[in-house]
Amino acid sequence: MIINGVTIDETFAEAFPMKATRAIITAQNAKWAMIAAQTMTGFATSVIACGCEAGIERVLSPEETPDGRAGVSVLIFAMGGKGLAKQLETRAGQCVLTAPTTALFAGIESDIKIPLGKNLRYFGDGFQIAKKIAGKRYWRIPVMDGEFLTEATTGQVNAVGGGNFLVLARSQPQALAACEAAIEAMRQMPNVIMPFPGGIVRSGSKVGSKYKTLGASTNDAFCPTLKGATKTDLSPNIESVMEIVIDGLTKADIDNAMRVGIQAVCDLGAENGIERISAGNYGGKLGPFHFHLQEIMA
Amino acid sequence: MSALTFTLKQQPAQRVDMSLLVCQQLQGLSITDIAALELQSGTRKLRVDELFTIDGSDAQHIIIKNSTDKLDFIGKELDGGTMSVEGDAGAYLGMSMKKGEIKVSGNAGLYAACEMKNGYLEVSGNVGDFLGAALAGNKMGMKGGIILVKGNAGQRVGDHLRRGLILIEGNAGDYCGSRMTAGTIAVMGNTGRYLGYAMRRGTLLLWNAPQLSASFNDCGAHTLAFLPILFNSFTALNSKFSDASVGFNRVQRYAGDMAEIGQGEVLVKL
Repeated sequence: MIINGVTIDETFAEAFPMKATRAIITAQNAKWAMIAAQTMTGFATSVIACGCEAGIERVLSPEETPDGRAGVSVLIFAMGGKGLAKQLETRAGQCVLTAPTTALFAGIESDIKIPLGKNLRYFGDGFQIAKKIAGKRYWRIPVMDGEFLTEATTGQVNAVGGGNFLVLARSQPQALAACEAAIEAMRQMPNVIMPFPGGIVRSGSKVGSKYKTLGASTNDAFCPTLKGATKTDLSPNIESVMEIVIDGLTKADIDNAMRVGIQAVCDLGAENGIERISAGNYGGKLGPFHFHLQEIMA
Repeated sequence: MSALTFTLKQQPAQRVDMSLLVCQQLQGLSITDIAALELQSGTRKLRVDELFTIDGSDAQHIIIKNSTDKLDFIGKELDGGTMSVEGDAGAYLGMSMKKGEIKVSGNAGLYAACEMKNGYLEVSGNVGDFLGAALAGNKMGMKGGIILVKGNAGQRVGDHLRRGLILIEGNAGDYCGSRMTAGTIAVMGNTGRYLGYAMRRGTLLLWNAPQLSASFNDCGAHTLAFLPILFNSFTALNSKFSDASVGFNRVQRYAGDMAEIGQGEVLVKL
């Protein structure tokens, strides 16, 4: 398949099941909601070492938030429910509770509840106040700028992590420009995050390593400097490869995000140095969810 | 199916215990069976059809017409369904109700919604003392649900209140929120003396400045984030509380009762 001169490889991206939740952060203004959200989702690029993958889903207008203030919704993904709960709680406690004027709310309904502010309440040292409003429990925790309002729990849902595609370009600036265009388009899509810096990862990995202690290592088949030194997947004119990783609440959400992202790259086309779109295919070793590029773009 | 309707034939000589006539007790019974039920009235037992004419068949929707303040225990332990009372209700209206909805077009007597567990109770007129309170000697009043009173309430509103929401469009009498352990009482009108007497936790939300005891301490003026959420939850109510213009988030906060553990609060609109 070729779109605007860009070859879409006949391959598939592999993704794996994760647990996810959504939290809504509000603040006195959009600036402080965003600061809290960025802090909460910091150092959360990959479960390999961060404990979770997190990102900003979108900015919310005051009409969309529970307390009528400016807000941001964040999505957090982890390999299991226990890990997700731990990450959510520590990040809420250290990054949102501490941020001036913020409040924190559940952003997703589910029968499985995980603590949001339920345990943060103890920071109130006995002065905390519970309020059950319309079936939801909130905690009011006295803090130095007034009161930190947080919902007690949020929902945990099954999700999909690790959807991806690779952009293969004739130069590094062209690969980056194409990925930036893709990220801009994909950020308009609901229920997904691209957890790597700016949504883009330049150090895509393969499963396993020659070193026994490592579960993942550099994806040498796509490293342009190794074209003559390893079993490469790159043609001679490809000088740079970048990857976009997508976590989504459902497979369909990732399908949609990949479609708009790949389309944005293809819109730039061969004339802007884009040669191919490929994907992290690990021969079925990584996960049960498969995203066939050509089917998605059909 | 039309609502199961009990129309009172004439004013009873003695008070009547209506606790048998709730949705879950009448479900599946024929009109003949219902007519033969006996209600306690003073020292006597009276058949339902001696007191009421009975129409309709939907036991999940009960209407009591021509009701008077001598009909006690209406909706006692109601466990789902709706009850409409056209006229006044006696004492213990909605006592210990678990879920469902009770609406009274007139006034209600003492101990309305006492020890209520959940559900929704609305009184268009006034209510007597001990609204949502604990029964005498008990330590736990209302534990959940919503009470809306469009008129005035008597003394000891929410005595020993444990959880839930009491909304009063009119005035509340003395000792409003006395001994409350938690929960919220909102009063749009005026409140009497000894507001929040011995309250431990919970919130008294007031539109008008109260006469506070010396055991309540001023914590200053604040903008509280939970108030807009609370007011938003009132939008579906048929009440002044649902009017967006009555909401506020700027309050004077008083902590008390310091003669107790002092973790309660009186929030007064600024």
